[in-house]
Amino acid sequence: MASGEASAVEVAQAHLDRIASDDGTLHAFLRVDADGALASARAIDARRVAGEPLGPLAGVPLALKDVVVTKGLETTSGSKILAGWIPPYDATITTRIKNAGIVILGKTNMDEFAMGSSTENSGFGPSHNPWDLDRVPGGSSGGSSAAVAGSLAPLGIGTDTGGSIRQPAAVTGLVGHKPTYGGVSRYGLIAFSSSLDQAGPFGRTVLDTALLHEAIGGHDRADSTSIPAPVPPVVAAARAGAGGDLTGLRVGVVRELGGLGFADGYEPGVLSRVSETVELMAGLGAEIVEVSCPHFGYALAAYYLIAPSEASSNLARFDAVRYGLRVGDDGVRGLDEVMALTRQAGFGPEVKRRIMIGTYALSSGYYEAYYGQAQKVRTLISRDFAAAFEAADVLVSPSTPTVAFRLGARTDDPLAMYAADLCTLPASLAGTPAISVPCGLSEGLPVGLQIMAPALADDRCYRVAAAVESTLDARRGHPLLQEVPLR
Amino acid sequence: MTAISREDVAHLAHLARLSVTDEELDLFAGQLDVILSSVAHVADVAADDIPPTTHAVPLTNITRPDVLGPCLHPDDVLAAAPAAQGGRFRVPRILNEPA
Repeated sequence: MASGEASAVEVAQAHLDRIASDDGTLHAFLRVDADGALASARAIDARRVAGEPLGPLAGVPLALKDVVVTKGLETTSGSKILAGWIPPYDATITTRIKNAGIVILGKTNMDEFAMGSSTENSGFGPSHNPWDLDRVPGGSSGGSSAAVAGSLAPLGIGTDTGGSIRQPAAVTGLVGHKPTYGGVSRYGLIAFSSSLDQAGPFGRTVLDTALLHEAIGGHDRADSTSIPAPVPPVVAAARAGAGGDLTGLRVGVVRELGGLGFADGYEPGVLSRVSETVELMAGLGAEIVEVSCPHFGYALAAYYLIAPSEASSNLARFDAVRYGLRVGDDGVRGLDEVMALTRQAGFGPEVKRRIMIGTYALSSGYYEAYYGQAQKVRTLISRDFAAAFEAADVLVSPSTPTVAFRLGARTDDPLAMYAADLCTLPASLAGTPAISVPCGLSEGLPVGLQIMAPALADDRCYRVAAAVESTLDARRGHPLLQEVPLR
Repeated sequence: MTAISREDVAHLAHLARLSVTDEELDLFAGQLDVILSSVAHVADVAADDIPPTTHAVPLTNITRPDVLGPCLHPDDVLAAAPAAQGGRFRVPRILNEPA
């Protein structure tokens, strides 16, 4: 676009055409905003013609997860309780995307209120994995991962509370980054678990992902948990890392995430790709050490107390009064009954389960044993990270224990679904940054390597990911995503 | 440690304002029991002297200058409400009297 080979309107139209032809199959989008996308693209083209300085992503289309509010454009967070809701304001990241000249194509599918690992908890039907349409694209940000992996959009936005960017990136062959908690504003994200929710970028390459991170990151006065610090130098790190030199870098392999004695539930093909990539990093000059994080084994239990507890409180706002659905208001039924009927009709089963688990964990008599104890375990997990980062500059593990599973395989077994987050939960609880980068295929499906760094050292994730990406691409002779089966 | 009955689910559903069905009481009783038994493993960690983490980033008392800024117009907010009347949200009946 900068060289004049194509206009932003042509690029937007090409993606809208691709959506029209392929999204009937993938169901990545809940709604497409063709008029809005073309209007933004026309504005970018006009500014370019006028010689205005434009950012590196000006005119590039993007798929936006439906948890992010967009003024004038329906936003549901994947829930029937918000069907038809037109937000009266933009989230900070929506504003920053627009300010960067990025063209929003539409809103993507997700597990209802971001609770899930497959998009099967969406109130509007699941999305499909472009690598194999019978398999899930991961979740909760699975609409965005399906859109980017399926070439419906070059960039995507997700949110990650327990792994909802990294796991979908891993199972669709994308790069996905969960920033340091507070690194990207939460203002205008429909809240799930406020102490864990963090928005972040999806891209086809590490550099694309870093450019999007830079566009959306940084302090925001409207979010009191936003860190008052500059965005880490993620773009510079992605460029530097592509040189493939990891000399002097200490890479810690986390024993408790798929290592010896901790490999239950991990597919051998996933562990093989990850250990091969660790060897590759050694070949690039990295020093490999094994680290032990003994409390990581309790991350799943702590997370599934803390997140539902916060969710049960956050979702109390869906009270049938201020926005969204109202059921049974016949002038006879009282407020309590209307509220209960509305929430019963508007929420899906997983949301109801989590609200009730949270209600239980916060109940008098159970609070200390469940929620209070989970918060102490959270402290111990952060201490494990701190000790591990004494021995290593970055930590690595699989991003998720398996390749993409089949649609329907885990829907009747909540605990099996939760296990998809086994590797991603520790960094969520500690608030530390982590990236998933493709590291090969197992049984023809993508495998992701997770690279974790200390708080505010997001740039380390990008540097190491770029080194892995460039080395693997050079060996293979092409990017992994070129192997997505053509439809 | 846990054994969640249909009555427990009915109580939780009431607290959470969910009008669950009879079939859901059975389904959720089994599922919540499995989930809560699993997460109860947090109790296996000796953590008596460990301080809780409520938030990963230790920021406290974030304030802003007390000055007027732009805010939403009431009409824009009420446009998204399920029912509005006279510039206000209209709520379902709240008093135990006929409307």
